[in-house]
Amino acid sequence: MLEIHQIRKAFHRGSPNEVRALQGVDLTTQGESFVVVIGTNGSGKTSLLNAVAGTFFVDSGSIVLTGHDITRWPEHQRAKLIGRVFQNPFSGTAPQMTIAENLALAVRRGHGRGLGWALQKRLTGELRDGVRRLNMGLEDRLDSPIGTLSGGQRQALTLLMATWLKPQLLLLDEHTAALDPKSADQVIELTAEIVRREKLNSLMVTHSMHQAVSLGDRLIMMNRGEIIQDFQGAEKRRLRVDDLLTRFEEVRRADQLDESAAEMLARLYV
Amino acid sequence: MSLLIGALTIGLILSLLALGVFISFRIFHFPDITADGSSTLGAAVAAALIVQEVNPLLATAAGFAAGFVAGSITGVLAAKFKINGLLAGILVMTGLYSVNLHIMGRSNIPLFSSTTLSSYAESIGALLFGGREPLNILGWEVLVLDASTLVLMVLTLCLVGAGLFWFFQTNLGTAMRATGDNAQMIRALGVSDENMTILGLAVSNGLIGLAGAFLAQYQGFADVQMGIGMVVWGLASVIIGEALTASRTLGLMIVGAVMGSVLFRLLVAIALRLGLNPNDLKLITAVFVFVALILPGIVGKLRGRRTGFSSA
Repeated sequence: MLEIHQIRKAFHRGSPNEVRALQGVDLTTQGESFVVVIGTNGSGKTSLLNAVAGTFFVDSGSIVLTGHDITRWPEHQRAKLIGRVFQNPFSGTAPQMTIAENLALAVRRGHGRGLGWALQKRLTGELRDGVRRLNMGLEDRLDSPIGTLSGGQRQALTLLMATWLKPQLLLLDEHTAALDPKSADQVIELTAEIVRREKLNSLMVTHSMHQAVSLGDRLIMMNRGEIIQDFQGAEKRRLRVDDLLTRFEEVRRADQLDESAAEMLARLYV
Repeated sequence: MSLLIGALTIGLILSLLALGVFISFRIFHFPDITADGSSTLGAAVAAALIVQEVNPLLATAAGFAAGFVAGSITGVLAAKFKINGLLAGILVMTGLYSVNLHIMGRSNIPLFSSTTLSSYAESIGALLFGGREPLNILGWEVLVLDASTLVLMVLTLCLVGAGLFWFFQTNLGTAMRATGDNAQMIRALGVSDENMTILGLAVSNGLIGLAGAFLAQYQGFADVQMGIGMVVWGLASVIIGEALTASRTLGLMIVGAVMGSVLFRLLVAIALRLGLNPNDLKLITAVFVFVALILPGIVGKLRGRRTGFSSA
């Protein structure tokens, strides 16, 4: 269970470039829920994920994951509980190391790293079986540097690495946005399958309206660092792409109203 | 022949330095110039202990330990205090100059009359070869001291090389390699990239300190100036090694660094023999590294132009 309470974050605080990325976000998700997050650029959706992952510390508020208050935990410590797949396919793997070595690193996520041999024979066998399940023909290339693979293959492996040990929370940050449509579909299919099979609590950011309506059991829409819409249960299942587009249009109009109002006020007072 | 053997021995000693530079520059992509200070530190600590009649094995190990500590300080400055890596190395290197003077008590400690690892090796060699008379190898005269030290260094390098090869395939070692390759990824897998950087620089400078300790014992003195240019020297060795092995696999890169160091030393010895002014040595080394660094880019550009795929 993930409980986010009133988190706030501003970047470049006090400077003219101040960006209020998160402005009091509340979110509680249950054990097996698959939450999809959408929003325009700069709405704070990626900031929300990064706040949970520990890329930065929030200015205020708290983040509790399965009973642990992780608000002040450094990023690497949170990795004991959290699996992550990044937007950039290059971010989740070490390019000069082999497929097997990358996976072996993931097998010890959250555990100590001692002087034991990283790639023991038995483990290599298990890794090969795991990779075979991806159906990408990579099981015969375990000794190839991961940097020689395509973006889609790397993203599929990153997904496998993030979920090799069952995480308490899986964070997916637009993890198909940088892929070609075919690879993106493949990775999304794989994501849905793994989340279902492992019964993972997941938080996925996406730009794709189709993914937003077809995946997950809950949909959150963000704007200006706040959650402005929360579709759950039957409401989420009934949701169509057109409904989302309409809602986006409403938000855009309201934002423009805000801007013109602010402009008018500024003119009055200057 | 004596010149050749000497060049081989020094090449092997400095390949410990090359391995240290390989770890910081190639595995961690960290431009660590602590080496200029930590190589002298290793020499200073070993020499200061040896003149106190401490066992040379122990003194050599102390040289490694001193370098290890120096490297971890650079690591802490860079990883924990977020000081630019280059600057962190400069700070520690500069500070070490004073530390080295304090350890030695003066700017130079001669070791000619002390018991060192080299004189150990010579005694063992004298037993094996049946005396201290110069050996006759294929018609060349070779001093027992030189031959024995060379054997000692070959054995040491086999041990260190195999040790590194093993270490970088353990859970800890692969986590260190991944830190240099992709820090974001290794954090997401639950490893503190800061701690890995500190440990990596410590091991790197430990090896460099070890090189200093061996060098002081072989050449028979430690000098506060002896570390100048060591980073560039190590980098040149690593680059030559990469050209020789043309491989990115761990084992061959380790072997390459050793081969590069030996070959570079031989080339230098030959150049000096042919009348190169020793004063120009560091300039030539620096120019060599500069050319080696920009060459791949230029070649790539030329190729790109020819095939019409210029990235510009």
